[in-house]
Amino acid sequence: MTTASSADNPTRRDFLYVATGAVAAVGGAATVVPLVSQMNPDASTVAAGAPIEVDLTPIAEGQDIKVFWRGKPIYISHRTKKQIEEARKVPVSSLPDPQSDEQRVKPGHDQWLVVVGICTHLGCIPIANEGAYDGFFCPCHGSVYDTSGRIRQGPAPTNLAVPPYTFVSDTKIQIG
Amino acid sequence: MSGPSDFQPTNPALKWIERRLPIMGLMHSSFVAYPTPRNLNYWWTFGAILSFMLGVQILTGVILAMHYTPHADMAFKSVELIVRDVNYGWLLRNIHASGASMFFFAVYIHMFRGLYYGSYKEPREVLWILGVIIYLLMMATGFMGYVLPWGQMSFWGATVITNLFSAVPYFGESIVTLLWGGYAVGNPTLNRFFSLHYLLPFVIAGVVVLHIWALHVAGQNNPAGVEPKTEKDTVPFTPYATMKDMFGVSCFLLFFAWFIFYMPNYLGDPENYIPANPAVTPAHIVPEWYYLPFYAILRSIPNKLAGVVAMFGAIIILAFLPWLDSAKTRSSKYRPLAKQFFWMFVVVCIGLGYLGAQPPEGIYVIVGRILTFLYFAYFLILLPLLARIEKPRPVPNSIADDVLAKTGGKPAPMVSTVIALMVAGGLLLGGAESARAAEGSAKPPAQKWSFSGPFGKFDRGAMQRGLKVYKEVCASCHGLSFVAFRNLAETGGPGYSVAQAQAFASEYKVKDGPNDQGEMFERPGRPADYFPSPFPNEQAARAANGGAFPPDLSLITKARSYSRGFPMFLIDFFTQYQEQGPDYVTALLEGYEDKPPAGFNLPEGSYYNTYFPGHAIKMPKPLNDGQVTYDDGSPATVAQYAKDVTHFLMWAAEPHMEARKQLGLQVFVFLILLTVLLYFTKKKVWANAH
Ligand code: FES
Repeated sequence: MTTASSADNPTRRDFLYVATGAVAAVGGAATVVPLVSQMNPDASTVAAGAPIEVDLTPIAEGQDIKVFWRGKPIYISHRTKKQIEEARKVPVSSLPDPQSDEQRVKPGHDQWLVVVGICTHLGCIPIANEGAYDGFFCPCHGSVYDTSGRIRQGPAPTNLAVPPYTFVSDTKIQIG
Repeated sequence: MSGPSDFQPTNPALKWIERRLPIMGLMHSSFVAYPTPRNLNYWWTFGAILSFMLGVQILTGVILAMHYTPHADMAFKSVELIVRDVNYGWLLRNIHASGASMFFFAVYIHMFRGLYYGSYKEPREVLWILGVIIYLLMMATGFMGYVLPWGQMSFWGATVITNLFSAVPYFGESIVTLLWGGYAVGNPTLNRFFSLHYLLPFVIAGVVVLHIWALHVAGQNNPAGVEPKTEKDTVPFTPYATMKDMFGVSCFLLFFAWFIFYMPNYLGDPENYIPANPAVTPAHIVPEWYYLPFYAILRSIPNKLAGVVAMFGAIIILAFLPWLDSAKTRSSKYRPLAKQFFWMFVVVCIGLGYLGAQPPEGIYVIVGRILTFLYFAYFLILLPLLARIEKPRPVPNSIADDVLAKTGGKPAPMVSTVIALMVAGGLLLGGAESARAAEGSAKPPAQKWSFSGPFGKFDRGAMQRGLKVYKEVCASCHGLSFVAFRNLAETGGPGYSVAQAQAFASEYKVKDGPNDQGEMFERPGRPADYFPSPFPNEQAARAANGGAFPPDLSLITKARSYSRGFPMFLIDFFTQYQEQGPDYVTALLEGYEDKPPAGFNLPEGSYYNTYFPGHAIKMPKPLNDGQVTYDDGSPATVAQYAKDVTHFLMWAAEPHMEARKQLGLQVFVFLILLTVLLYFTKKKVWANAH
């Protein structure tokens, strides 16, 4: 063994060591991709998450329905005048997750609130039309949402999510 | 596992193997000749108890996996059918389910013991850290196992715990989706949890081998906290420690058997007897009792991310214990201050466990924050400080001295042992009790049941009458899908003959097919069929019942529970009072009030019931006097109907209850005999060591 392979005097063998090591590391890292990515939603789950259409005609004012999209409950509520007013009255800056009611509904469709019915704290299903703000109440750790689905009280950090949706016609929406 | 062995087999065949694979030498030096400190007390037997429990869990788990179906649509039913149809399935399931609790109970004692006697100190740091890793793996395994029955608590527990990862900044949501394998907890989640729940115990076993290896390199710590110096300080592992451990395990088995045979549901959440429903969250989500302290820490921090960090930090901090506590004296026996603070820490942990089961509001939040602070203060402030300021008492020169001093001294350790055991028992029971507390319902009066108590039997007459009431009244809305007609002819059942069960079945119309023409048809029921549900599906059931979904009744008596409060739950534990569900059901059936009390606002289409949570129930009063005719002369009153049908439903919820109690008695007789024999053998063996 000579001292020729010391750090300040690189040899071809050192180069080969490093190169082999690097290539092997890349291979190792690449193997992780399929191993981890298999855990993400599979093709059938993704396909089942395709957009759904919901007819709004049967939902009377003051009523709400629950539909499932991507395995998640979606609340569609037909808000009353009073509920809309309540939501618009609050100064946005006073909210823990500031968002105006206008930002959370589609223009011209103020009466329709469409939110993912999953508490943003730890994922329970809040109960509609309950709680101090006439909106949603999560029984798990006491988060209270208002008539716009915005967090008002309790540990949840953000407002109820608004799923992607569009109005196909005045009485029909497409979620997804 | 330390160094080459002097083990010399004489048998030539053994010699041949030993030269090629010195496994017997390894075993001999690890578990026979291995020198054990003479002064170990019974806290040390929990190591053996834990190894035993790991074996029990793996064995029962492997068998249960042979009968279980990891699919979201079938998991719940397959667990119920294990309990009902598999021979001794109820026993295996009880062992495995209560076994998880026992495992954690033992590991907590093992950990507190290590904490008290300074078992984490030099040179046992690696041993300790391996222990923390085992504990973490146990937590993951226990959590995933709890999800598998796919009941309401399983589903929502999985949702809440996996959502903890959504607190991770930026990647949170993607991580959670990755964990779920979907957009919500669902079948992929169940599949991977099953796979991992099966795998992790073997990983635990691997780390346990390392743990024991490290133990055998460093040698065991002992109550005096001094290292063995001479031959006189130690005894060989076999027979001394072996006998003592066997006696300890046997005592532990007595405790364990109480749960298996007499209180199998005491530590579980009744909510888990309701199949998972992604559309409704239970009113009160609580983890199993052994996670409660950490759950309390999670919730006492108002910020989501900080809460998650604190919760994981509370466990990880244990790994740094060897460096946080730098005191030279190992055992708290000789550290007057550390000893007191240790007990305060135990109380803090129990307090956190209690709070974890309470709703996070008002005073509970404030106390939770204080205790969370104290928990971390113990590790981060107190222990480093104590090492500096405390003046320890002198430690004995050697283990032999310690033993001599003890045989002459007062039996002080006994007192602390009893106190500690009571505290530990309180932790177990307190957690269990509050974990099954249900809020907002009036407590129905306790009834006398023929099937309760250690030798309880069902009243056959009441069951047969109850079956009649079910068939004529309840069955028009409620199903009983986990009970087969053949079950009626089983021992422990309503005492039908096979022919009677067959005749009973044939009165039902069962949908079958398709036949050769590809059409569905109806045929009379057969003994192998299950009691059909009156509605084809949930939607039809809701449509027919004003939006309410009549639950399947076969588990209803197990799925109902209400808070019993202190000290009732302690008494319940000893009297084996598990009949909360049947109490609830009878009370509900009798609790109808024609007029709601003044001031109560009864919603349209509901009826007032004293015992129904919220008091407004969609079901009209189902039973009226004289509605069902009895031909055995029993009074045809609502009270009698309610009692009878509850008898039947209790059996429907656990058809093998009588077998369980009978076998329990035999096991107890055997275990007591074994324990007594082991005690005297152990005494004899140890006589020449003193
Ligand atoms: S999950 Fe809703 S408040 Fe915690």
